Amino acid sequence: MAAAGKEVKLIGSRPSPYVARVRIALHLKGVEYEFLHEEVFGNKSELLLRSNPVYKKIPVLIHGGQPICESLVIVQYIDEVWAASGPAILPADPLDRAVARFWAAYIDDKLGPNCVALALRLGDEASRAESKEQLFAGLQLLDEALGKISNGKSFFGGDAVGFLDIAFGSYLGWLKALEKVEGIKLLDESRFPRLAKWAERFCSAKAATDVIPEPDELVEFVKLLAHR
Amino acid sequence: MPAQSPLPSIKAWPLSRFHFIKHYVTILSLLETKDRRTMGGQKGVKLLDFWVSPFGQRVRIALAEKGVEYDYQEENLAAKSELLLKSNPVNKQIPVLIHGSRSVCESLIIVQYIDEVWSDKNPILPSDPYSRAQSRFWADFVDKKVYVSGSKLWKLKGEEQEEGKKEFVETIKTLEAELGDKKYFGGEYFGLVDIAMVPFTAWFYTYEAYSGISVEKEAPKVAAWAKRCKERESVARTLPDPEKVYDFVGLFRKTLGVE
Repeated sequence: MAAAGKEVKLIGSRPSPYVARVRIALHLKGVEYEFLHEEVFGNKSELLLRSNPVYKKIPVLIHGGQPICESLVIVQYIDEVWAASGPAILPADPLDRAVARFWAAYIDDKLGPNCVALALRLGDEASRAESKEQLFAGLQLLDEALGKISNGKSFFGGDAVGFLDIAFGSYLGWLKALEKVEGIKLLDESRFPRLAKWAERFCSAKAATDVIPEPDELVEFVKLLAHR
Repeated sequence: MPAQSPLPSIKAWPLSRFHFIKHYVTILSLLETKDRRTMGGQKGVKLLDFWVSPFGQRVRIALAEKGVEYDYQEENLAAKSELLLKSNPVNKQIPVLIHGSRSVCESLIIVQYIDEVWSDKNPILPSDPYSRAQSRFWADFVDKKVYVSGSKLWKLKGEEQEEGKKEFVETIKTLEAELGDKKYFGGEYFGLVDIAMVPFTAWFYTYEAYSGISVEKEAPKVAAWAKRCKERESVARTLPDPEKVYDFVGLFRKTLGVE
C-alpha cells in the first residue's frame, strides 16, 4: 500500500483545535506519527515556513516528505490514504458526505472562530454580544442537525466518530474553556440535550484521548497570550 | 497563536451584498439574461441560482462537464422563492442543487457531490489522495482569497482599496506560481481548482476598470489559462459577458451607495 513505510509527521501545537482534528483522524486509523511541536510564542520554524508557504500555519501533515495543509483537507487525505486501516471517517453516500461537509464548513465559519475569539476576550462589548448570539444560534442548529444525521446513534458519523464529529469535537476544549472564562453553560443539557450528551461521548472516545485539552490548560494558555 | 486561520473555508455569495430591492427590476431589464440550459432537465435535477454569481457558475460548469441536464431557476434575491428558503434554511443562499428530494448547498460542496454522483465521465477530482488534497487546498484558497480581495477592488475606495489591491495582486501571483506551465490547475485535466477559479475570470475586466490592476500584466499565465478555459464548451456557455458583469457591478455599487 502506498502508505506503508512512509514517515508521518505532524507540525502542530496542543491548544489548536485544527491540530486536534488531524490527531484524532490519525488515531482513528491507528497511524503512528511524530508530533513536531511548534512553539506558539516563538518564531515559526523553518520546517513550517517551508511546508506551508501559503499560510505559514499549523497543522501541517508531512507524509513521506510531502506536506498537506488545512485541517479538513488533511482529515480527508488521512481517510483516503489509510482507508483500509480503520473505520471510514467520511460517510459513503455522496449526499451524506455533502451534508457532513456543509456542517463542517458552517462550524468553521460561524461557530468555532466565534468560540475561540470569545474565549480570548477579543472585540468590544457589542461584537462579543453578537458573537455569543451567533454561537447559541449555531449550537441550536447543530443540536437539531445531530438529531437528523445520527438517526439515534451515538455520533454524527453513526456508531463511530466521523468527519463532522471531528470537525466540531475539536472545538470542545475551547467551548469548555469559554464556559469557565464567562461563567456560563454553553452545552446546556436543558437547551441542547443531544449535543450535551454527544460531547460527553466524544470526549471519552478512544481517538480523542489526550487530544482535547482540559479547560484549565486552555484558560492558562489564554492568560499567557494576554501577557504577550 | 499560530493556529490555522479561522477564516471560512467555503464562502458562499453573501446575501447582504445584494440589497438592491428597489433597483432589481431596473437591473434585470437593462441587462439581457444569458441563454440558460432549461432544456428538458433530467428527472429531478434543479439548480437555484443567480445569473451573475460566480459560485452558481461553478455548479453550472460542473453539470455541463458531466453532461447532466437540469432545470435552471433564476432566483430573485430580493424576494427569495419558497423553494430556496426551504432547501437552504441555514444560509438562504444560492446556489442550491436539488437532486430528487435532496438539496445540496455551498458551491464547492455541490461540485464534489456532482463529481461523486456522476462519476462515469470527466472526473473533477484526480484519483490519488495527494493530488486530491492539493486540489482541495487550492480550491479552498480560491474561496478564501479571490472573491474577498476582488470585491475590495470595486467596493472600496482610498486606503482600503489600496490594501485590497495589494491583497488581490498577491493572490493572483500566488495562483500564477501554482499554475506554472500547466495547461490547467488540474494538470492535463480541467478540475476542481479550475472550476473554482474560472468564473472569476469574467470579473477581471471589472477589477481592472475600478482598480487599474491588469491580470494580464500581473499574472500572464493565469490570463492565458483563462483564455484556454474559454475554449471549453462548459465554460463558454456559462460565463457571462465581462461587460455585463461590469454593468451589473456599476448599478450594484449605486445601490450600495459606493459612488
